Amino acid sequence: MPSGSLNPAIGRPLRVGEVAYDPKVVTIWEGFKSYFEKRKVPIDYVLYSNYDAQVEANLAGQIDVAWNSPLAWVKSQLASHGRCRAIAMRDSDCDLTTKILTPKDSEVTSLADLRGKTIAVGASDSPQATLIPLLMLAEAGIIPGEDCHVLYHHVMVGKHGDHVGGERDAARALALGNAEAACVLDANYTVFINEGTLDPGFTRVLASTPPYDHCNFTVRDDLPEKRWTPFVEILLGMSFQDPEVRTLMELEGLRQWVPARTSGYAQLERAVECFKFYA
Amino acid sequence: MPERIPKAQADLEDLTLYAGAAVLLRHALAQLAQGELLEVRGDSSEMGDVLAAWCRKEGHRYLGAGNGLNTHRISRDPRLAPLIIQSREIAEVADPRWGLAPRGARIEAGGPEFGFTLRQKREVWAHELSSIYKQATANQWSSARDIPWDHLPKLPAEVEAAVCQVMTFLTENEFAALYVPARFIPRIHPHYREVVEVLAMQIVDEARHAEAFTRRAEARGHGLGTTAVSGQLSLQTLLEEPDFSTAAFLLCVMGEGTFLTLLKFIEEHAPDPVTATLARLAHRDEARHVAFGMEHLRYVLECDPQRRGSLAAAGCSRRFPASARMCMMRWW
Repeated sequence: MPSGSLNPAIGRPLRVGEVAYDPKVVTIWEGFKSYFEKRKVPIDYVLYSNYDAQVEANLAGQIDVAWNSPLAWVKSQLASHGRCRAIAMRDSDCDLTTKILTPKDSEVTSLADLRGKTIAVGASDSPQATLIPLLMLAEAGIIPGEDCHVLYHHVMVGKHGDHVGGERDAARALALGNAEAACVLDANYTVFINEGTLDPGFTRVLASTPPYDHCNFTVRDDLPEKRWTPFVEILLGMSFQDPEVRTLMELEGLRQWVPARTSGYAQLERAVECFKFYA
Repeated sequence: MPERIPKAQADLEDLTLYAGAAVLLRHALAQLAQGELLEVRGDSSEMGDVLAAWCRKEGHRYLGAGNGLNTHRISRDPRLAPLIIQSREIAEVADPRWGLAPRGARIEAGGPEFGFTLRQKREVWAHELSSIYKQATANQWSSARDIPWDHLPKLPAEVEAAVCQVMTFLTENEFAALYVPARFIPRIHPHYREVVEVLAMQIVDEARHAEAFTRRAEARGHGLGTTAVSGQLSLQTLLEEPDFSTAAFLLCVMGEGTFLTLLKFIEEHAPDPVTATLARLAHRDEARHVAFGMEHLRYVLECDPQRRGSLAAAGCSRRFPASARMCMMRWW
């Protein structure tokens, strides 16, 4: 009998799942793959068209690590009964907020004023542009779909709002007068003004959600630590000053990989439960 | 723990981030060391809402509201990209990471490495570069303005044909003299910008010469003559020369050096004032090109006297147009 591990996973490259929300995903991970290989920690990437498929693959052991949206993280925890672990995230994943915008001259001056009004949101599965701001409304006593009309913008459903199109459409709906309020990620608010989707001075911030966190790398807790710790060590060692990965980090939207924390997902967990999203 | 004192203040008044406040913030933060605090005052109602997101994108840390009315606190990014300080002195070897940055500029780290293959001073430098460049910019002439085209006489057919044949020969050589420096410029590290500037002026000169010589050939309707295979073969080897100093030696010293004699001869014996003026003005330009070649070789040989042998061998092994030029002069 040959010696060595019977586990075929040992010795092969670490398989990292990514959702292909944009062609740049291939550029990023081809670059990272080469970077890891040079450091003797071979990885390979597997593309999925949606997060549900990636979560299933991760829990089934078809991949070792999943680059998960916050909703995919919550689903992973639900489906595995808490047996997943977040191992790293971007610095830019921490402390995001969503702004609920109204026209500057709107009669709506509080969340309560949205009763009976139309609120433009992104795709139904977008944490930042739909679920978290709607939770804020619900917790303020305005039940989405009952006390107010929700105008969804279903762009690339399954990709959890990674594609900014639905969010942009929500902002556009506000500008066109098709909604009394719109929900956008804080970073995208200025982007939409700069690109002309929203006219400068047209909107004001009605409300801001508490800070929450976004993506993380997720592993099953039965994956041996020695399989994923070299991956994390190399991630955390990446430098924005390194020309080899600078462009990749810019494409991925970060300046530094940081150890993951899971304290920033409470709002989304409540939203999933509140709206029976995975019921 | 004592409260940290802001190192600087920025008063944005009612300016919003999308209306230009970001420029003021970047300027203010650039004056701070890593981790130092900037206190921002802004009357824009949305400042607090968008400042945190802006800081996250820029890599700074938003610390929340300050003590005063409409104030916020930002901690400068602790991981800001260090700058590469490039000396104003001319380095013996240029760093690929300096890229296209002008010499003496501060360069943000993390940029791409450029593939400039000529990045040693000894490979490209020359004495008197500044003087040659100043002369080049001060002595630019115009084919349209400075050539007496209205005084071109009707020459006997054989003489006109001979002039046109000479113009053909000159033009193809001018093309070679244009393409050779043009091929090397993208290889030269911009740290040695004076070399690039002189070569760029040389290209402008050769383009003007080629245009003016062609115009002379076509001015009386005869048109261009014949180009010889021997000349093309010789020029092709010059274009394909991979070594900068060898190319400079062959083109600027041997080729253009010989050209000076030819142009002087044409100026003195031209059958018409247009051809004579063209030769005179082109001669002035070519003299500068020869000067660059000589000063470059002087520098190279000062640094590496042993290159004398390889350069001499390169000159001897080429079937350079000098012999053809001698033939042309005999035809004349």
